[in-house]
Amino acid sequence: MSYKKRLDGRRVDELRPMEAKASVIPNADGSAFFKIGKTTAYAAVYGPRELFPKFLQDPQKGLLRCHYGMMPFSGSGERIRPGNNRRSQEISLVMTKALEPMLDLSAFPNAVVDIFVDLPQTDAGTRCAAISAAAIALADAGIPMKDMVSSVAVGQVAGTVVADLMYDEEAYEGIVSDIPVAMTHNTKEITLLQMDGEISKEDLVQALELARSATEKVYEVQKQALKEKFKGVPEA
Amino acid sequence: MSTIVVKEKDIVIPGEVLAEGLDYLPGDNTYREADTIYSKVLGLVSILGRVVKITALAGPYVPKTGDKIIGKVTDITMNGWRVETETAYSAMLNVKDATTRFIRKEENLSELIAIGDYIVAKIVQVTSQNLIDLAMREPGLHRITSGRIIKINSQKVPRVIGKQGSMISLIKSKTNCEITVGQNGLVWLHGAPAGEWLAEKAVHLIEAKAHTEGLTDKVQQFLEENQKNEL
Repeated sequence: MSYKKRLDGRRVDELRPMEAKASVIPNADGSAFFKIGKTTAYAAVYGPRELFPKFLQDPQKGLLRCHYGMMPFSGSGERIRPGNNRRSQEISLVMTKALEPMLDLSAFPNAVVDIFVDLPQTDAGTRCAAISAAAIALADAGIPMKDMVSSVAVGQVAGTVVADLMYDEEAYEGIVSDIPVAMTHNTKEITLLQMDGEISKEDLVQALELARSATEKVYEVQKQALKEKFKGVPEA
Repeated sequence: MSTIVVKEKDIVIPGEVLAEGLDYLPGDNTYREADTIYSKVLGLVSILGRVVKITALAGPYVPKTGDKIIGKVTDITMNGWRVETETAYSAMLNVKDATTRFIRKEENLSELIAIGDYIVAKIVQVTSQNLIDLAMREPGLHRITSGRIIKINSQKVPRVIGKQGSMISLIKSKTNCEITVGQNGLVWLHGAPAGEWLAEKAVHLIEAKAHTEGLTDKVQQFLEENQKNEL
């Protein structure tokens, strides 16, 4: 069974429609909203602030902590139990590892920057949406960063390499693979690479090539969101 | 051959290319990798001769020696007060730097400055680990006993003060308020309740429109309109 036409009619390299906005949460030091298709993420950044318990403090540089959470009825299935679980812990960890290399927290020894990402509505690609939202929120909070991080999933559905899989594609009958990728903008360094499923060597190379252009599209949306915040203010 | 990619007053995001080639120098909030200069924060470009720098539009307050800040006393120790500074780091105010008058050894420090009091103080030293030392032995530095304290983004403080204090003196004269702006983003307003209220609105207006031009005129217009409403 081959996969010629995508279930929602997109081209193989086409992403779902994206939307992003910076500074959506007034109480946070920086925040962002990022939506790709039916997956919606809100990120809030707090800090740099004092870090407790004290044994976690690093006198050389500040610490980054990510907190990922899917909201109770965000999926299409059963109620998701809110709070920490094995999956959210893992995603929080990979998010931290995806963002940290681009941050410069050397000016904030012993302090912490906290990022909270909540997803009120999900349809696959949540860790990618979470990373993309968190990168906008970090820039909005004025944390020094070497570069932006943009993230999107690529993969293979029944022999066809596609970008930005939605849930119905991940659940497609046949051999499917889902590869979330996070990339920096300038150097195109990969800061997140995970995989679920099976893929051939040739397809993997092709998928990673596709990830370059796909993350670039996400970057444009992130950039737009940050710049728009200052355009909207009328001169009068 | 060096080229500059951005213009003065452009808004750039982290990682954006500012200039290529070695003829330009990286200033504040930028970094150079190979031949290219990149931005490190979200901010406005400013070009001074060959130096490209970014004025941050958001971000935490970074304590600097000589800054006047407003802080809240959180603890009293053997030799002074611990002060919260609206950063990730607390500051110390030593007894010998707190006042010009003599303090006896057995004196109760909370009679001078109690826990929960706000103070206007000056930073005398910041270490590499961001340990902050404060002093209050100069005119204009004191314990706050009345009025109100509001919090703004510390990056907007220069706009609230204005060129040579033009903005702040405008608000002071229109509202009959005494105003002290701490570099850490806390602002103390003291005057008649109506004046304090108007001054608070004006400060928040500046904070919201800090990156636009002709701000002084807008604030003047705002203050005059609201003064009419009051009368």
